[in-house]
Amino acid sequence: MKQRLAILATAVLLGLAPVAHAGEAAPLAADPAVEARMISISEELRCLVCQNESLAASRAELAEDLRREVRSLIREGKSDAEIRDYLVSRYGDFVLYRPPVKPTTWLLWFGPFVILAGAIIGLIAYLRRRAGQITPPTLSAADRAAAEALLAGDPKSTQPKDQA
Amino acid sequence: MKRFLIPLGLFLVLVVFLAVGLNRDPHEVPSPLVGKPAPDFKLAQLAEPGKTFSPADMRGQVWLLNVWASWCVSCRAEHPLLVAFARQGGLPIVGLNYKEVRGDGETDVKKLAADEESTLTRQRASAWLSQHGNPYVLSALDMDGRVGIDYGVYGVPETYLIDKKGVIRYKQIGPITPEALEKKILPLAKQLAGES
Repeated sequence: MKQRLAILATAVLLGLAPVAHAGEAAPLAADPAVEARMISISEELRCLVCQNESLAASRAELAEDLRREVRSLIREGKSDAEIRDYLVSRYGDFVLYRPPVKPTTWLLWFGPFVILAGAIIGLIAYLRRRAGQITPPTLSAADRAAAEALLAGDPKSTQPKDQA
Repeated sequence: MKRFLIPLGLFLVLVVFLAVGLNRDPHEVPSPLVGKPAPDFKLAQLAEPGKTFSPADMRGQVWLLNVWASWCVSCRAEHPLLVAFARQGGLPIVGLNYKEVRGDGETDVKKLAADEESTLTRQRASAWLSQHGNPYVLSALDMDGRVGIDYGVYGVPETYLIDKKGVIRYKQIGPITPEALEKKILPLAKQLAGES
Protein backbone atom coordinates (compact mmCIF):
# COMPACT_ATOMS: atom_id res chain seq x y z
CA MET A 1 0.00 0.00 0.00
CA LYS A 2 2.75 2.37 1.05
CA GLN A 3 4.70 1.52 -2.05
CA ARG A 4 1.72 2.24 -4.26
CA LEU A 5 1.24 5.62 -2.64
CA ALA A 6 4.87 6.43 -3.23
CA ILE A 7 4.57 5.51 -6.91
CA LEU A 8 1.42 7.58 -7.22
CA ALA A 9 3.08 10.55 -5.56
CA THR A 10 6.11 10.26 -7.86
CA ALA A 11 3.85 10.08 -10.91
CA VAL A 12 1.96 13.19 -9.80
CA LEU A 13 5.20 15.06 -9.14
CA LEU A 14 6.64 14.06 -12.51
CA GLY A 15 3.45 15.19 -14.16
CA LEU A 16 3.70 18.55 -12.47
CA ALA A 17 7.39 19.11 -13.26
CA PRO A 18 6.93 20.52 -16.79
CA VAL A 19 4.22 22.84 -15.49
CA ALA A 20 6.54 24.17 -12.83
CA HIS A 21 9.22 24.79 -15.49
CA ALA A 22 6.80 26.54 -17.79
CA GLY A 23 6.03 28.94 -14.97
CA GLU A 24 9.74 29.82 -14.65
CA ALA A 25 10.24 30.70 -18.32
CA ALA A 26 10.25 34.36 -19.07
CA PRO A 27 7.12 35.49 -20.90
CA LEU A 28 8.92 36.25 -24.13
CA ALA A 29 6.01 35.29 -26.32
CA ALA A 30 4.06 38.41 -26.94
CA ASP A 31 2.56 36.85 -30.05
CA PRO A 32 1.69 33.13 -29.84
CA ALA A 33 1.70 32.75 -33.64
CA VAL A 34 5.25 34.09 -33.88
CA GLU A 35 6.29 31.86 -30.99
CA ALA A 36 4.77 28.77 -32.59
CA ARG A 37 6.59 29.43 -35.84
CA MET A 38 9.82 30.20 -34.02
CA ILE A 39 9.60 26.86 -32.22
CA SER A 40 8.75 24.94 -35.39
CA ILE A 41 11.77 26.46 -37.14
CA SER A 42 14.20 26.15 -34.28
CA GLU A 43 13.32 22.53 -33.52
CA GLU A 44 15.00 21.72 -36.83
CA LEU A 45 18.13 23.64 -35.91
CA ARG A 46 21.05 22.60 -33.78
CA CYS A 47 22.29 24.63 -30.89
CA LEU A 48 26.01 25.18 -31.48
CA VAL A 49 26.91 25.29 -27.82
CA CYS A 50 25.12 22.12 -26.69
CA GLN A 51 25.30 20.27 -29.96
CA ASN A 52 22.84 17.53 -29.14
CA GLU A 53 20.12 19.98 -28.27
CA SER A 54 17.88 21.77 -30.68
CA LEU A 55 17.79 25.51 -30.76
CA ALA A 56 14.25 25.31 -29.44
CA ALA A 57 15.19 23.24 -26.41
CA SER A 58 18.59 24.63 -25.45
CA ARG A 59 19.00 26.93 -22.50
CA ALA A 60 22.42 28.11 -23.66
CA GLU A 61 22.75 31.81 -23.95
CA LEU A 62 23.60 31.75 -27.63
CA ALA A 63 20.44 29.72 -28.27
CA GLU A 64 18.45 32.40 -26.50
CA ASP A 65 20.04 35.10 -28.66
CA LEU A 66 19.36 33.10 -31.79
CA ARG A 67 15.74 32.46 -30.85
CA ARG A 68 15.37 36.21 -30.36
CA GLU A 69 16.91 36.71 -33.77
CA VAL A 70 14.53 34.18 -35.35
CA ARG A 71 11.58 35.93 -33.70
CA SER A 72 12.59 39.29 -35.08
CA LEU A 73 13.09 37.78 -38.55
CA ILE A 74 9.59 36.29 -38.37
CA ARG A 75 8.19 39.70 -37.46
CA GLU A 76 10.02 41.16 -40.45
CA GLY A 77 7.97 38.78 -42.57
CA LYS A 78 10.79 36.45 -43.64
CA SER A 79 9.86 32.95 -44.85
CA ASP A 80 11.00 29.81 -43.01
CA ALA A 81 13.50 29.05 -45.78
CA GLU A 82 14.94 32.56 -45.60
CA ILE A 83 15.39 32.27 -41.84
CA ARG A 84 17.13 28.92 -42.22
CA ASP A 85 19.41 30.41 -44.88
CA TYR A 86 20.18 33.30 -42.55
CA LEU A 87 21.49 30.90 -39.93
CA VAL A 88 23.21 28.56 -42.39
CA SER A 89 25.11 31.48 -43.94
CA ARG A 90 26.54 32.26 -40.49
CA TYR A 91 26.96 28.87 -38.84
CA GLY A 92 27.10 26.48 -41.80
CA ASP A 93 25.07 23.40 -42.68
CA PHE A 94 25.95 22.03 -39.28
CA VAL A 95 23.04 23.96 -37.73
CA LEU A 96 20.60 21.92 -39.79
CA TYR A 97 19.49 18.64 -38.26
CA ARG A 98 18.45 17.63 -41.79
CA PRO A 99 21.56 18.18 -43.88
CA PRO A 100 20.95 19.29 -47.48
CA VAL A 101 21.58 16.85 -50.33
CA LYS A 102 24.68 18.09 -52.17
CA PRO A 103 27.95 16.56 -53.41
CA THR A 104 29.67 16.78 -50.00
CA THR A 105 26.78 15.02 -48.28
CA TRP A 106 26.13 12.34 -50.91
CA LEU A 107 28.06 9.79 -48.90
CA LEU A 108 26.00 10.64 -45.85
CA TRP A 109 22.67 10.38 -47.63
CA PHE A 110 23.34 7.50 -50.00
CA GLY A 111 26.11 5.64 -48.16
CA PRO A 112 23.69 3.41 -46.22
CA PHE A 113 21.95 2.41 -49.46
CA VAL A 114 25.32 1.60 -51.05
CA ILE A 115 26.15 -0.61 -48.09
CA LEU A 116 22.71 -2.24 -48.30
CA ALA A 117 23.16 -2.91 -52.03
CA GLY A 118 26.61 -4.37 -51.35
CA ALA A 119 25.19 -6.62 -48.64
CA ILE A 120 22.41 -7.84 -50.94
CA ILE A 121 24.88 -8.58 -53.75
CA GLY A 122 27.13 -10.41 -51.28
CA LEU A 123 24.20 -12.42 -49.95
CA ILE A 124 23.05 -13.44 -53.45
CA ALA A 125 26.60 -14.46 -54.41
CA TYR A 126 26.94 -16.50 -51.22
CA LEU A 127 23.59 -18.25 -51.68
CA ARG A 128 24.39 -19.10 -55.29
CA ARG A 129 27.78 -20.50 -54.43
CA ARG A 130 26.28 -22.58 -51.63
CA ALA A 131 23.49 -23.86 -53.86
CA GLY A 132 26.19 -25.17 -56.26
CA GLN A 133 27.95 -26.99 -53.45
CA ILE A 134 24.95 -28.95 -52.24
CA THR A 135 24.91 -32.41 -53.92
CA PRO A 136 21.82 -34.62 -53.78
CA PRO A 137 22.37 -37.44 -51.29
CA THR A 138 23.31 -40.73 -52.84
CA LEU A 139 21.85 -43.95 -51.47
CA SER A 140 23.79 -47.14 -51.43
CA ALA A 141 22.00 -50.38 -52.32
CA ALA A 142 21.89 -51.43 -48.65
CA ASP A 143 20.36 -48.08 -47.60
CA ARG A 144 17.75 -48.40 -50.29
CA ALA A 145 16.85 -51.90 -49.16
CA ALA A 146 16.57 -50.75 -45.55
CA ALA A 147 14.36 -47.81 -46.56
CA GLU A 148 12.14 -50.03 -48.60
CA ALA A 149 11.86 -52.50 -45.75
CA LEU A 150 10.90 -49.63 -43.44
CA LEU A 151 8.25 -48.43 -45.83
CA ALA A 152 6.90 -51.91 -46.17
CA GLY A 153 6.54 -52.01 -42.39
CA ASP A 154 8.91 -54.92 -41.77
CA PRO A 155 9.40 -54.82 -37.95
CA LYS A 156 12.88 -56.36 -38.19
CA SER A 157 14.22 -53.32 -39.97
CA THR A 158 12.68 -50.62 -37.72
CA GLN A 159 16.03 -50.31 -35.96
CA PRO A 160 18.24 -48.23 -38.28
CA LYS A 161 21.73 -49.59 -38.14
CA ASP A 162 23.47 -46.27 -37.53
CA GLN A 163 21.32 -45.19 -34.59
CA ALA A 164 23.44 -44.22 -31.65
CA MET B 1 41.01 -19.59 -40.24
CA LYS B 2 40.27 -17.78 -43.46
CA ARG B 3 36.64 -17.21 -42.57
CA PHE B 4 37.70 -14.95 -39.71
CA LEU B 5 39.63 -12.63 -41.98
CA ILE B 6 36.58 -10.82 -43.37
CA PRO B 7 34.98 -9.97 -39.98
CA LEU B 8 38.41 -9.01 -38.70
CA GLY B 9 38.91 -6.71 -41.68
CA LEU B 10 35.50 -5.11 -41.16
CA PHE B 11 36.27 -4.68 -37.48
CA LEU B 12 39.57 -2.95 -38.27
CA VAL B 13 37.80 -0.59 -40.69
CA LEU B 14 35.31 0.24 -37.92
CA VAL B 15 38.15 0.84 -35.47
CA VAL B 16 39.81 3.26 -37.89
CA PHE B 17 36.55 5.17 -38.42
CA LEU B 18 35.91 5.38 -34.68
CA ALA B 19 39.49 6.39 -33.93
CA VAL B 20 39.30 9.23 -36.45
CA GLY B 21 35.82 10.24 -35.31
CA LEU B 22 36.67 10.26 -31.63
CA ASN B 23 39.79 12.32 -32.12
CA ARG B 24 38.02 15.11 -33.93
CA ASP B 25 36.75 18.03 -31.94
CA PRO B 26 33.02 18.32 -32.55
CA HIS B 27 33.15 21.91 -31.43
CA GLU B 28 35.24 22.90 -34.40
CA VAL B 29 32.59 23.56 -36.96
CA PRO B 30 34.02 24.82 -40.25
CA SER B 31 32.83 28.35 -40.77
CA PRO B 32 30.93 29.11 -43.97
CA LEU B 33 32.30 32.65 -43.69
CA VAL B 34 35.82 31.73 -44.77
CA GLY B 35 36.26 33.14 -48.26
CA LYS B 36 33.37 35.57 -47.80
CA PRO B 37 33.52 39.31 -47.09
CA ALA B 38 33.62 40.09 -43.38
CA PRO B 39 30.10 41.17 -42.32
CA ASP B 40 29.86 44.91 -41.92
CA PHE B 41 29.09 46.54 -38.59
CA LYS B 42 29.48 49.81 -36.80
CA LEU B 43 30.19 49.67 -33.09
CA ALA B 44 31.37 52.05 -30.41
CA GLN B 45 35.02 51.80 -29.43
CA LEU B 46 36.15 50.90 -25.96
CA ALA B 47 38.84 53.51 -25.35
CA GLU B 48 37.20 56.41 -27.14
CA PRO B 49 33.46 56.38 -26.46
CA GLY B 50 32.69 58.97 -29.13
CA LYS B 51 34.29 56.96 -31.96
CA THR B 52 32.94 53.99 -33.83
CA PHE B 53 34.73 51.20 -35.66
CA SER B 54 33.72 49.35 -38.77
CA PRO B 55 35.68 46.68 -40.71
CA ALA B 56 35.92 49.06 -43.70
CA ASP B 57 38.36 51.16 -41.60
CA MET B 58 40.92 48.35 -41.99
CA ARG B 59 40.69 48.20 -45.80
CA GLY B 60 44.12 47.71 -47.34
CA GLN B 61 45.53 45.91 -44.31
CA VAL B 62 45.74 42.28 -43.30
CA TRP B 63 44.35 42.13 -39.78
CA LEU B 64 42.99 39.93 -37.05
CA LEU B 65 39.60 40.31 -35.45
CA ASN B 66 39.72 38.68 -32.03
CA VAL B 67 36.48 38.06 -30.15
CA TRP B 68 36.97 38.32 -26.40
CA ALA B 69 35.32 39.07 -23.09
CA SER B 70 36.57 39.44 -19.55
CA TRP B 71 34.37 36.55 -18.35
CA CYS B 72 35.84 34.21 -20.94
CA VAL B 73 38.25 31.80 -19.29
CA SER B 74 39.88 30.58 -22.50
CA CYS B 75 40.54 34.18 -23.51
CA ARG B 76 42.73 34.51 -20.46
CA ALA B 77 44.70 31.47 -21.60
CA GLU B 78 45.09 32.92 -25.08
CA HIS B 79 45.85 36.46 -24.02
CA PRO B 80 49.60 36.30 -23.29
CA LEU B 81 50.15 34.96 -26.80
CA LEU B 82 48.23 37.88 -28.31
CA VAL B 83 50.11 40.40 -26.16
CA ALA B 84 53.46 38.95 -27.21
CA PHE B 85 52.36 38.80 -30.84
CA ALA B 86 51.23 42.44 -30.78
CA ARG B 87 54.51 43.50 -29.20
CA GLN B 88 56.40 41.95 -32.12
CA GLY B 89 54.21 44.05 -34.39
CA GLY B 90 53.01 41.07 -36.38
CA LEU B 91 49.53 42.10 -37.44
CA PRO B 92 47.07 44.70 -36.20
CA ILE B 93 44.61 42.99 -33.87
CA VAL B 94 41.17 44.48 -33.43
CA GLY B 95 39.24 43.27 -30.41
CA LEU B 96 35.56 42.53 -30.57
CA ASN B 97 34.39 42.65 -27.00
CA TYR B 98 31.50 40.21 -27.00
CA LYS B 99 28.59 40.53 -24.56
CA GLU B 100 30.82 41.77 -21.77
CA VAL B 101 27.95 42.24 -19.32
CA ARG B 102 25.27 39.94 -20.69
CA GLY B 103 27.57 37.04 -21.28
CA ASP B 104 28.77 36.49 -17.74
CA GLY B 105 25.37 35.23 -16.72
CA GLU B 106 25.41 37.06 -13.42
CA THR B 107 24.03 40.46 -14.28
CA ASP B 108 20.44 40.79 -15.34
CA VAL B 109 20.60 43.39 -18.11
CA LYS B 110 16.87 43.85 -18.06
CA LYS B 111 17.32 45.68 -14.79
CA LEU B 112 19.99 47.97 -16.22
CA ALA B 113 19.40 51.19 -18.11
CA ALA B 114 20.92 51.33 -21.60
CA ASP B 115 23.79 53.63 -20.63
CA GLU B 116 24.41 51.64 -17.46
CA GLU B 117 25.23 48.57 -19.50
CA SER B 118 27.68 50.47 -21.64
CA THR B 119 29.33 52.04 -18.59
CA LEU B 120 29.65 48.65 -16.93
CA THR B 121 31.00 47.14 -20.16
CA ARG B 122 33.69 49.80 -20.44
CA GLN B 123 34.65 49.47 -16.79
CA ARG B 124 35.00 45.69 -16.88
CA ALA B 125 36.72 45.52 -20.27
CA SER B 126 39.21 48.29 -19.47
CA ALA B 127 40.01 46.81 -16.07
CA TRP B 128 40.66 43.43 -17.65
CA LEU B 129 42.91 44.90 -20.35
CA SER B 130 44.93 46.94 -17.88
CA GLN B 131 45.41 43.85 -15.76
CA HIS B 132 46.31 41.41 -18.54
CA GLY B 133 47.79 43.74 -21.16
CA ASN B 134 46.22 45.26 -24.25
CA PRO B 135 47.23 43.70 -27.57
CA TYR B 136 44.50 45.48 -29.52
CA VAL B 137 44.81 48.54 -31.71
CA LEU B 138 41.26 49.13 -30.54
CA SER B 139 38.31 47.19 -29.23
CA ALA B 140 34.75 47.48 -30.46
CA LEU B 141 31.86 46.80 -28.11
CA ASP B 142 29.29 44.23 -29.16
CA MET B 143 27.12 44.46 -26.09
CA ASP B 144 24.09 42.50 -27.27
CA GLY B 145 25.98 39.96 -29.41
CA ARG B 146 24.27 40.88 -32.68
CA VAL B 147 27.56 41.33 -34.52
CA GLY B 148 28.69 38.06 -32.98
CA ILE B 149 25.74 36.33 -34.64
CA ASP B 150 26.65 37.87 -38.00
CA TYR B 151 30.14 36.46 -37.59
CA GLY B 152 28.86 33.06 -36.50
CA VAL B 153 30.44 33.33 -33.07
CA TYR B 154 29.45 30.46 -30.81
CA GLY B 155 32.35 30.01 -28.48
CA VAL B 156 34.63 32.80 -27.35
CA PRO B 157 37.47 33.27 -28.11
CA GLU B 158 37.33 33.20 -31.88
CA THR B 159 39.70 34.92 -34.26
CA TYR B 160 39.28 35.90 -37.88
CA LEU B 161 42.09 36.64 -40.30
CA ILE B 162 40.86 39.24 -42.75
CA ASP B 163 42.66 40.24 -45.93
CA LYS B 164 43.21 43.63 -47.56
CA LYS B 165 39.94 43.48 -49.41
CA GLY B 166 37.99 42.69 -46.29
CA VAL B 167 37.52 38.98 -47.00
CA ILE B 168 37.71 36.48 -44.13
CA ARG B 169 40.47 34.02 -44.95
CA TYR B 170 40.78 31.96 -41.81
CA LYS B 171 38.86 31.40 -38.62
CA GLN B 172 40.32 30.10 -35.40
CA ILE B 173 37.72 28.64 -33.07
CA GLY B 174 38.81 28.65 -29.47
CA PRO B 175 42.11 30.05 -28.21
CA ILE B 176 44.95 30.61 -30.67
CA THR B 177 47.66 28.10 -29.91
CA PRO B 178 51.33 28.82 -30.66
CA GLU B 179 51.08 25.99 -33.19
CA ALA B 180 48.09 27.52 -35.00
CA LEU B 181 49.85 30.88 -35.04
CA GLU B 182 53.09 29.50 -36.45
CA LYS B 183 51.69 27.00 -38.89
CA LYS B 184 48.48 28.57 -40.14
CA ILE B 185 47.96 32.21 -39.30
CA LEU B 186 51.45 33.61 -39.92
CA PRO B 187 52.14 31.84 -43.25
CA LEU B 188 48.70 32.80 -44.54
CA ALA B 189 49.12 36.39 -43.34
CA LYS B 190 52.48 36.61 -45.10
CA GLN B 191 50.92 35.35 -48.30
CA LEU B 192 47.99 37.76 -47.97
CA ALA B 193 50.31 40.70 -47.35
CA GLY B 194 51.81 40.02 -50.79
CA GLU B 195 48.43 40.25 -52.51
CA SER B 196 47.41 43.60 -53.85
